[in-house]
Amino acid sequence: MPNDHDTAQKGAGQLPIYARSLGIKLHEWEDNIPVLQVGFGPFVEGRPGALHGGATSGLLENAGYAALRARLQEEGRDPQLKPINITVQFLSAGKQKPTYAKGRITRLGRRNANVSVEAWQDERDRPIATAVMNILMADRAK
Amino acid sequence: MTTPLPAFNPQESAKFFFRHGHAGWLGMEYEDHGSDWVELKLPWREDLLGEEDRHVLASGPIISLMDMASGMAIWTTNKTFTPVATLDLRVDYQRPARERSAVIARAQCYRVTRSAAFVRGVAYDDHRDDPVAHMAGVFMTIGKDPRLAK
Repeated sequence: MPNDHDTAQKGAGQLPIYARSLGIKLHEWEDNIPVLQVGFGPFVEGRPGALHGGATSGLLENAGYAALRARLQEEGRDPQLKPINITVQFLSAGKQKPTYAKGRITRLGRRNANVSVEAWQDERDRPIATAVMNILMADRAK
Repeated sequence: MTTPLPAFNPQESAKFFFRHGHAGWLGMEYEDHGSDWVELKLPWREDLLGEEDRHVLASGPIISLMDMASGMAIWTTNKTFTPVATLDLRVDYQRPARERSAVIARAQCYRVTRSAAFVRGVAYDDHRDDPVAHMAGVFMTIGKDPRLAK
């Protein structure tokens, strides 16, 4: 059983190039699930002073993948993850402050995973956006 | 805002929109538009990959492109630049975008009510009839509609 430090190291290293380019970072681990964070800045700004919906979606999506990867790692699985779909609900405008996101595996099957994700700023119980994702898990080509 | 303003022009507005912020960072470009649709292009960029081991564009930038094209399609349809907020956006991914290909998002605003706007669209890399993704979204008007002003 890997300890949290090892898992965190591996998990953080797995953030894709796009996520790192956007400034998404691993914030902390909570119940063996990574909480991701993106700071406010020009890269993520939409309407002046507000988070761009696309940036919010990018954070949600990456948090969903990170949660799934963490779980798969616990189970000793390493499939290639392919997006099937994502539905994002925008609940309130993201302000000029850090945004956090964490995913939850609603169902983990053999080929498909259903993941729900929440993004928040100040108050955890007042999410600014939520998402539901279906992710296909394919065996890696040898 | 009571002064009549010229109709929203996506091509002209793009010059401003894509100079800063998230859209500017991604490098979005204006491609084309019609009376109720707008096409935006995202040129290929090495640092937007979604996976370490495959040269495939991440899905995040496609959502950003769709979101932006949707907003601009709504303003083009309404002919006004009334701020809108994304309420719900759904993207279904049909296949990965081809390596080193630009991706084009075409969003059409097919219905507008007093406070909501409905959009649908596709993202494609080569032909519009072979999409990378389909999109459906609902937006809310957040600025004041002049007709509602008391």
